[in-house]
Amino acid sequence: MITCRTIKQGVGMEAGKTSQKYFDACSIIEMHADDFKSLGIWKNTNVKVTSSVGSVIVKAVETRQDLYPGLCHIPMGPWANRIVPAYTYSTGEPCFKGFPVNVEVAMNEPIMSAVNVVKDACGLLRK
Amino acid sequence: MAEYLIKNGHVFDPVQHIKGDKKDIAIKDGKIVETSALSPAAKQIDAKGKSVMAGAMEIHAHVAGPKVNLGRWYRPEDKLFDSHKTPGMTRIEGGKSIPTVFKTGYEYARMGYTFAMEAAMPPLYARHVHEEIHDTPIIDEAALPVFGNNWFMLEYLKNHEIENNAAYVAWTLNQTKGYGIKIVNPGGTEAWAWGLNCLSVNDPVPYFDITPAEIITGLIETNEYLGLPHSIHIHGNNLGNPGCYQTTLDTLKLAEGFKAKNNFGRKQVMHQTHLQFHAYGGDNWGNFESKAKEVMDYVNKQDNLTIDTGNVTLDETTTMTADGPFEHHLGGLNHLKWANVDVELETAAGVVPYIYSPDIKVCAIQWAIGLELALYAKDPMRCFITTDHPNAGPFTRYPRVIKWLMSKKARDERLNTFKHTDKVIAATTLAEIDREITLYELAAMTRAGPATSLGLSKDYGGLKPGMNADIAIYNINPDKMPSDPEEIEKAFSGVACLFKDGKICVKDGIVVDNGNKRTFWVDVKVKPNKQVAHDVKEKFLKYYSVNEANYSVPDSYAPHPYVIAVDATQ
Amino acid sequence: MPKVVTDVTCPFCGTLCDDLEVTVSDDNKKILSVRNACAIGAEKFNHTSLPGRVTRPRMRQPDGTFKEISYDEAIDWTANMLVKSKKTLMYGWASTSCQAMSVGHEIAEKVGGVVDNCATVCHGSSLIAIQDVGIPSCTLGEVKNRADRVVFWGCNPAHAHPRHMSRYSIFPRGFFTVKGHKGRKIYCVDCRYTDTARCADEFIQVQQGHDYELLNAFRTAARGEALPDVIGGVPKEKIYQVVEELKGGRFGVIFFGMGLTHTLGRNHNIDIAISFTRDMNDWMKFSIIAMRGHWNVTGSGQVLSWQYGFPYAVDLSRRTKARYQTGETTSVDLLVRNEVEACFNIATDPGAHFPIDAVVSMSKKPTVTVDPHINMSTEISDIHIPVAMVGVETGGCAYRMDNVPIETRKVVDAPDGMLTDVELLTKINARVDQLMGAQ
Repeated sequence: MITCRTIKQGVGMEAGKTSQKYFDACSIIEMHADDFKSLGIWKNTNVKVTSSVGSVIVKAVETRQDLYPGLCHIPMGPWANRIVPAYTYSTGEPCFKGFPVNVEVAMNEPIMSAVNVVKDACGLLRK
Repeated sequence: MAEYLIKNGHVFDPVQHIKGDKKDIAIKDGKIVETSALSPAAKQIDAKGKSVMAGAMEIHAHVAGPKVNLGRWYRPEDKLFDSHKTPGMTRIEGGKSIPTVFKTGYEYARMGYTFAMEAAMPPLYARHVHEEIHDTPIIDEAALPVFGNNWFMLEYLKNHEIENNAAYVAWTLNQTKGYGIKIVNPGGTEAWAWGLNCLSVNDPVPYFDITPAEIITGLIETNEYLGLPHSIHIHGNNLGNPGCYQTTLDTLKLAEGFKAKNNFGRKQVMHQTHLQFHAYGGDNWGNFESKAKEVMDYVNKQDNLTIDTGNVTLDETTTMTADGPFEHHLGGLNHLKWANVDVELETAAGVVPYIYSPDIKVCAIQWAIGLELALYAKDPMRCFITTDHPNAGPFTRYPRVIKWLMSKKARDERLNTFKHTDKVIAATTLAEIDREITLYELAAMTRAGPATSLGLSKDYGGLKPGMNADIAIYNINPDKMPSDPEEIEKAFSGVACLFKDGKICVKDGIVVDNGNKRTFWVDVKVKPNKQVAHDVKEKFLKYYSVNEANYSVPDSYAPHPYVIAVDATQ
Repeated sequence: MPKVVTDVTCPFCGTLCDDLEVTVSDDNKKILSVRNACAIGAEKFNHTSLPGRVTRPRMRQPDGTFKEISYDEAIDWTANMLVKSKKTLMYGWASTSCQAMSVGHEIAEKVGGVVDNCATVCHGSSLIAIQDVGIPSCTLGEVKNRADRVVFWGCNPAHAHPRHMSRYSIFPRGFFTVKGHKGRKIYCVDCRYTDTARCADEFIQVQQGHDYELLNAFRTAARGEALPDVIGGVPKEKIYQVVEELKGGRFGVIFFGMGLTHTLGRNHNIDIAISFTRDMNDWMKFSIIAMRGHWNVTGSGQVLSWQYGFPYAVDLSRRTKARYQTGETTSVDLLVRNEVEACFNIATDPGAHFPIDAVVSMSKKPTVTVDPHINMSTEISDIHIPVAMVGVETGGCAYRMDNVPIETRKVVDAPDGMLTDVELLTKINARVDQLMGAQ
């Protein structure tokens, strides 16, 4: 998994982190077409992405910035960082890029809003 | 404003030719006044058994700007065991060879300095220089923009268009709030943008096809056409290489025949800086030797040159200069981390740490050369003490340099304990020199001389009534000079009292007031020049990476300015 | 009559474009349109006047909702938090002015804070590498005027610095580069075929996390030594070919980004990229430039450096000395190990951009976030203090990715009664003085 900037993420950020633009830009995962096939995932459906830190629900989409099988990308933001390992190798820099994840079908699970993804993890979400 | 009477001190003032006589100095409203002008309410400062001089003036140090800051942050080790808070009105201080801005201000003030000239300001980064100057407490500062590799200058001087070049220089001084014309490795740093260099005054600059000699003489003419307070301030070609003294003499000779033209009392047309780095003989590191005598023989004979020494202090330090190719070369010699920044249309900079070890023959010879230059100087009003901070050593070593200059015993002790003493003595003439600089000569070399060279002698560098009350009182008694030279170093390391603009800022080495430092800059008026205005507009549109409207440094960056107005419209 | 403000500096990314033209309403309160900005910059300017802007501080209530409070109340609460806490993380700074940073540092020195900026999760690796091996570099104008070989390694300016390629690195016609992109050879090294790669002459796909080996191979190839058949997924023939082509130029430059700083190896990746650049200077002029992300993260590094001697992660908690050690004084590490008592965020959003473990730690401590907008950090903070947008509603000095300082301007008025960063921090500083004086 790598987590990077995209122009839509930048525009969404400036539109406001609670905006629809931001939600659409960042609550996604991009994968190679072969990975869609082998994992049995339909384009534009929700998936559950799990790392050593935890899980997050995002929408699986195609991208024209070609990856290769086994390499996936979530744009930087609260959904990506929900699963980024904090280990810094004493450099201060967490593992934003290059950590292993599991991706599985989660078609019926909803994607949380930007605020809720964070609040939920902090135990601040009132159910 | 407060009145003070400094009583019974031994005054050293080359402006009034006072050579240690006991004299009272009166201060009122930030100025030195006649003692008769004081009211009985004046506070008395007892300077019995102490020496009183004007605040010292640093004519060349790298203390504010992008390459200085790069040196700071890329050397966290420079703060090892050296980040601390000293007693007094101080912020956290840090850094041995490249002090943080707070430490810079405090340390200069603690040694009795009241002014420092930032030696090289890349015009594109002027804003940064002024931000740091603004954050440096107590001492007044100014900065010299670099012109020696500037595209506008290269094109104008190729066709000897002095009036156009002058208009451009005036525009730049105004935009950057600069003080004068600095030249670093003329032509060679533009060549360095292609990985090349100019090692003699006759090597043409790639593409621009102009020689360093033409650049230097063109800029002398420009400087005198404008009548600036300071002369051109030059770091010549071929710095640091064995045999470079020839290039130095070639450079100095270019000043022959020119006369200073200005309303500021300046007599020189060329200030050659850190001469130590330019006074090498031999042709390799094996037969490396001092040519200080040959160079000073020439300097002493002329009357239109000033120099500063660039003394090596034998410390671990950091070199930084706009002589980009030299730094690349140095990084190749000592394999320590090399940083470089080429600056579009203007200049470049390089930074490399360096350890001047007393165990290394070349370093010891460099140390000797720096001292020889000062000791051979006939006119202390034309030879100033610097370490080209931090290149030859940190400025905090000035007390040590002064000790070596004032005590043959101290420098012999150092000279005779090198690992390769015999080789060092064979390659230099320091051992034969008995001269010891006197306190009066020191005052000329660190106060009155630099002030005159900078065109500031009307208000600074002396203790004459009417001048600014920047005064240092040292714990050194000329009637009872210490037999132990370490006492000299100690006395100059911490002033008994420092007045800045008539306010006590340092007392017994402790900062008690941060003063109201000012930024000095020169505002030159020239006739409107359509050609230059057009060239500026065109180059910003086509070649610069910032807009013309965003280039200038607004007044908010120099909230306490000392502006020297020059009218060159004739 | 609406008026056009020219030469406006865009406060978004490290490209710091200063040629924007903003049309402002007659009463100076609304931005009507922006010219020359990229999509992100345009969004920033156009968004300032949209409704829903928070104009007063808000305090989180026990039931999770936010209640509006006055600036004075917020300042008092913040000052108390700072004075009580033995070690406060004061993080962010990358999107505010240098003038504001100066005031913030004064506060940190007084109360014992750790001042850290966004480099800690961005180009911190690069700063560490430069502290080890130095850096041969140049200003962006030199690239425009001289570069004929440009390498983008692990960065994607098409998405993160949208006007970089047209202003400096690929398309402009400079003094010695009159043919523009036709006279340049552009290379892109990345693990994905990015939109930047689309603009390059040659795309080299490296296996994710194998940049160190590939850079090592480039260095080896430059010295004409033997290579294994494939390195990092790249065949050796390709490496030799690219290095030969690079050497055929006069002025080369490498731009690099998070593809090197975030991946396995961190600072070692940049260390070897710099060492490769330094080696290439034996054959031709070669420079390397870090693609700094925020528009003023470089500025924060500069101000911290001239005041304390370190570019980020500056621990002032002893109040008598400044300490710097990545891993010990860096934000994410401090939070994950619970070594700070309170958090003060300014001009940043760690809630969205820090890994969740650090954010959870922050949410459990007294936290104040200063930001013009609602974001993830504000929603987990105790207090959110809105301020004027720097570069839009108030000016201040900023530093571009190549360290060139450019002034940002005030283009429109901030909403009525809103404070600027400088004003807010100055008031907090004064209140801290009062509280500490009373102790």
